[in-house]
Amino acid sequence: MPLHEEKEKELEEIANKIRATIIETLEHAGSGHSAGPLGMTDVFTAFYFHILNHDPKNPDWEDRDRLILSNGHIVPVRYVTMAYAGYFPLEELKTLRQINSRLQGHPHRGSLPGLETTSGPLGSGLSQACGVALAARLDKKKHRVYCFMSDGEQDAGNTWEAAMFASKYKLNNLTALIDRNNIQIDGYTENVMPLESLKEKYESFGWHVLEIDGHNFEEIIDAVSEAKAIYEAPTVIIAHTIPGKGVSFMERDYAWHGKTPNKEEAEKALKEIRTLAGKIKSEHE
Amino acid sequence: MINKDAKLNSKIFSDETEAIPIRNGYGDGLVVAGERDENVVVLCADLTESTRSEAFAKKFPERFFEFGVAEQNMAAVASGLGISGKIPFISSYASFSPGRNWEQIRTTISYNDSNVKIAGSHAGISVGPDGATHQAVEDIATTRVMANMTVIVPCDANEAKKATVAAAKIWGPVYIRLAREKTPVITTDETPFTPGEALILWESKKPEAAIIACGTLVQSALVAAKELEEDGIGTIVVNNHTVKPMDGDTILRVAKKTGAVVSVEEHQVAGGMGSAVAEFLAGRHPTPQEFIGLQGVFGESGPPEKLIKKYGMDVSDIKRAVKKAIKRK
Repeated sequence: MPLHEEKEKELEEIANKIRATIIETLEHAGSGHSAGPLGMTDVFTAFYFHILNHDPKNPDWEDRDRLILSNGHIVPVRYVTMAYAGYFPLEELKTLRQINSRLQGHPHRGSLPGLETTSGPLGSGLSQACGVALAARLDKKKHRVYCFMSDGEQDAGNTWEAAMFASKYKLNNLTALIDRNNIQIDGYTENVMPLESLKEKYESFGWHVLEIDGHNFEEIIDAVSEAKAIYEAPTVIIAHTIPGKGVSFMERDYAWHGKTPNKEEAEKALKEIRTLAGKIKSEHE
Repeated sequence: MINKDAKLNSKIFSDETEAIPIRNGYGDGLVVAGERDENVVVLCADLTESTRSEAFAKKFPERFFEFGVAEQNMAAVASGLGISGKIPFISSYASFSPGRNWEQIRTTISYNDSNVKIAGSHAGISVGPDGATHQAVEDIATTRVMANMTVIVPCDANEAKKATVAAAKIWGPVYIRLAREKTPVITTDETPFTPGEALILWESKKPEAAIIACGTLVQSALVAAKELEEDGIGTIVVNNHTVKPMDGDTILRVAKKTGAVVSVEEHQVAGGMGSAVAEFLAGRHPTPQEFIGLQGVFGESGPPEKLIKKYGMDVSDIKRAVKKAIKRK
């Protein structure tokens, strides 16, 4: 189903604001990860502003969809998106990684309502999502469970233990999404530990696999709709993204995986993002 | 003298004392917990019979989940269930869970504050012939160090059953340590069991030392106390089944009363129950203490009783330690 042009424009504008705020937040925090959050901004925007059945004013609502973030290090994109969605004031983003903050460097469920799980150490988020999906099935609940993973954590054996488990128990209320950005801390994924063919790996584990452009809102939304219609197996969406998306000097450079921009770099990045915002606007005019 | 309020098995010092593996009590407790609360679910990693999860699996097949040899996945899936209103019990050998999956337990269960119960069977060197790979002797240390973990070490099958039923009612992560071999059943259905409340099993008229024990060696501690009494040395024997949160009042009371402590456990002395006692007393009432346990070495294959003797944890070792502790006053 083609996404309504107006909706697409709205999502693009929100994503742009989120990218700019991520840069400001990371620069202020002084440590953290840049590439992943920028690369996953469109996916997070699509979920929080279109896909998820959720209520920012009632984050513990029993029937909400669960979004489990396995690769906790990209949590700045989640915090910023949640703030724009109305979970907490934008102002609070300045507390990221500071003392006495609800915004821990890696997500802690007990610190901030709306975070479903605690994560950071890679490779166990899909397992946690399986447990949440299994509980929903036991309780005959209709909500969906989503699990975002990085491609780097496909190195971890725990991920594949979970992949087998989800397939065995046919957890069709679970949809995984892999941020396929081809980088991890030590370099390009295919050099660090080759993952391809990721699609065939998951297919052979009994999953329904979709591959999309992780910056195309229509593809993101359509893939999630398709996943909902698959009853025989869990679905994994391999979302191809550009790490550092929106900031030319960060894009595709793994050096930006685990560092944050300084003041000068942040200004440069913000200028680019704002120019992009103008470009988006003019394209739609 | 035996504390009558403990309502122990009357045949406690007889050869006729029935011996049952502690893990059997876990299996029985799971069924009771499952009957009482439909949110109780049991997860197992290819050791259903051996961890005694079988009875639950047969009775509640829709609430039993088999993971295969994947303890890390089992722990993290349990985490997801535990934050979604379920009360998952994960069953394996202690060497693998909380051994192999310690990080998943730390991050996704403990720090995540998920309502998961971890049952580690085959703890201690009395596992016997399987050898040191399968003899968990570090699990008390690695679980009690986690901020919000409750750690329970039952002394026999009866107590394991009570601990399992009680664990389902405690909110938050709980570790229950179980053993493989048949262990004399020293408690009865009437023996009080409350997590966090140590139980005095023996108290002489003029106690000179407190033997603080947990798990499989509690019976040996009682035999040592009886033999010491016959030699004119009075003691107190405490079943310190809850290593965390520990019953500080009772530990402090017996330390003050006797002035000498011997801790007894089938675990490394580093970081174990005895260490917990020493940490507690050091800040409140420093007391000479002797540590019965594994002294920084791995176990090996062999018959359980011979291993216990070789590694210095039998009745005569406990008696010697008591005398030594008393001398140090």
